Amino acid sequence: MILAEGLHKHFGKTHALRGLDVDASEGMILAMLGPNGAGKTTAVRILTTLTRSDAGRAEVAGIDVARHPAAVRKQIGVAGQTASLDDLLTGRENLAMVGRLYRLDRSDASRRAADLLARFDLDDAADRTVKTYSGGMRRRLDLAAALIDSPPVLFLDEPTTGLDPRSRLDMWSLIQELAKSGHSILMTTQYLEEADQLADDIAVVDHGRVIARGTAIELKRRVGGERLEVEIAEDQSLDRAAEVLAALGEEAARVDVDHRRVSVPIVAHDGVLTRAVRALDEAGVRADDIGFRRPTLDEVFLALTGQPIDGEPNPEAPA
Amino acid sequence: MSLRWWLTDSFEMVRRNLLHIRRTPELLLDVTVQPIMFVLLFRYVFGGAIPIQGTSYVNYLMAGIFVQTIAFATIYTGVLLANDLTKGMIDRFRSLPMSQSAVITGRTFTDLLRGMLAIAVMTVLGLFVGFSPQGSPAGWLGAVGILLLFGFALSWVGVAAGALVRTPEAVQGLVFTAVFPLTFASSAFVQTSTMPSWLRAFAEHQPMTYVINAVRGLVLGQPNVPDLAPALLWGIGLLVIFFPLGLWLYQRRTTQ
Repeated sequence: MILAEGLHKHFGKTHALRGLDVDASEGMILAMLGPNGAGKTTAVRILTTLTRSDAGRAEVAGIDVARHPAAVRKQIGVAGQTASLDDLLTGRENLAMVGRLYRLDRSDASRRAADLLARFDLDDAADRTVKTYSGGMRRRLDLAAALIDSPPVLFLDEPTTGLDPRSRLDMWSLIQELAKSGHSILMTTQYLEEADQLADDIAVVDHGRVIARGTAIELKRRVGGERLEVEIAEDQSLDRAAEVLAALGEEAARVDVDHRRVSVPIVAHDGVLTRAVRALDEAGVRADDIGFRRPTLDEVFLALTGQPIDGEPNPEAPA
Repeated sequence: MSLRWWLTDSFEMVRRNLLHIRRTPELLLDVTVQPIMFVLLFRYVFGGAIPIQGTSYVNYLMAGIFVQTIAFATIYTGVLLANDLTKGMIDRFRSLPMSQSAVITGRTFTDLLRGMLAIAVMTVLGLFVGFSPQGSPAGWLGAVGILLLFGFALSWVGVAAGALVRTPEAVQGLVFTAVFPLTFASSAFVQTSTMPSWLRAFAEHQPMTYVINAVRGLVLGQPNVPDLAPALLWGIGLLVIFFPLGLWLYQRRTTQ
């Protein structure tokens, strides 16, 4: 449903995209994961006909984006990080206007608006102007506007950036519902947890290119296997815990002083946990928590790019 | 894009603009309170000191006020468009299967409505302060037609300015700087024959004066309406240039 091949885009001297490829098939959620400035938003703007690419090809629902932008616009709904709403109009007026511009007739537009307001829990605020809305409400209304004509393809540019934790969870369940009801979704995010939770497929984007592609599990596998992790009760036992665990595991233990966590890579589960608890106890180390842990996408990103995901863009990274 | 959809979408944009006006009635100050102040200022403060040949000062003044109001209204056209362009709403419109030019035709159509309101408010006020136009209904119709044509053409100039300049504040400064001297160095408030020759040469050959003279002739029922042809030509000419230019600048600005 969504296809981008070799997209290039520069703004002055800044190369926002350097040959970006992505594709998403029908009814799935593809997450473009990357730090600020990686080129995610530029890619979305090209796919949604807002910006023209310098080179490369983009198709949405089988239609060439550069050649037939008007036809593409009938197939897509867009919700952005800067909720594109009219502050002086009420929620209902915003939705009805967008519905009319999707060429719904007036009664259809207002019926759809009412349905979506109810579904997105905006009933009470429906007739207030949008400038009185909270951040979470604005995002929900923005998403509702994208859905007014129920387009098959949705683009969600950082749908939860800046939202409080509860609104984020609400947004996540809305997005999951949309995918279940058959929409194909391309979303961008800086949050590894979000991509992990929602996406069927993840494209890790850095410096205008996709540097890794796969499911969350596949990506995690790329940075190595499971670890045994122990959270230590007292700071002074950290070194001793590291020695004990190193004896059990494959290599030297990794120590996270801030969180008082010690971990080692392990190959097999059989009996390791029991042996670890026993060994720690014999060494007089008190553990608050112990368990197996797969790598987080944070670690994936670190391994793939050599920088943490929320780090500053590294100018020396290979282009 | 079919004409019907273009009109439907433009109408939808006009609706949006009218809702804005309903929520922030200050958006009408420039076509109501401000020109009322100008009428009172010139009628009662300066008017007594300005002799006009052949008619009373208030009769002379009103055509100038009409055209001044229509011209100053262009500032809001540009400012509101520039304002839209700095916000996310234009991105929404651009991702919709609507006629893209409707965003600005909606804006200029709204200006036509604002212009009509301005003419109505000024006419009523004028009648209260002694304006006694002798023009025929046909003359009045013609005057309103010329005013709306000129106003519509100017709002496309405003669109061009709004799409060209980066910030609403800069648009306001730019349009004001252009409109202010054109309004005052014209036949709006004084007869050009009282000006020094260099200024008079400018004042008598700039579009505002032609439009003001034509409107004045029509509403006062003067036998040979002066400057009718040049007034029409300026309106049509500005429209022919700035309609496509405004569209092009808007398109260029939004497809970067």
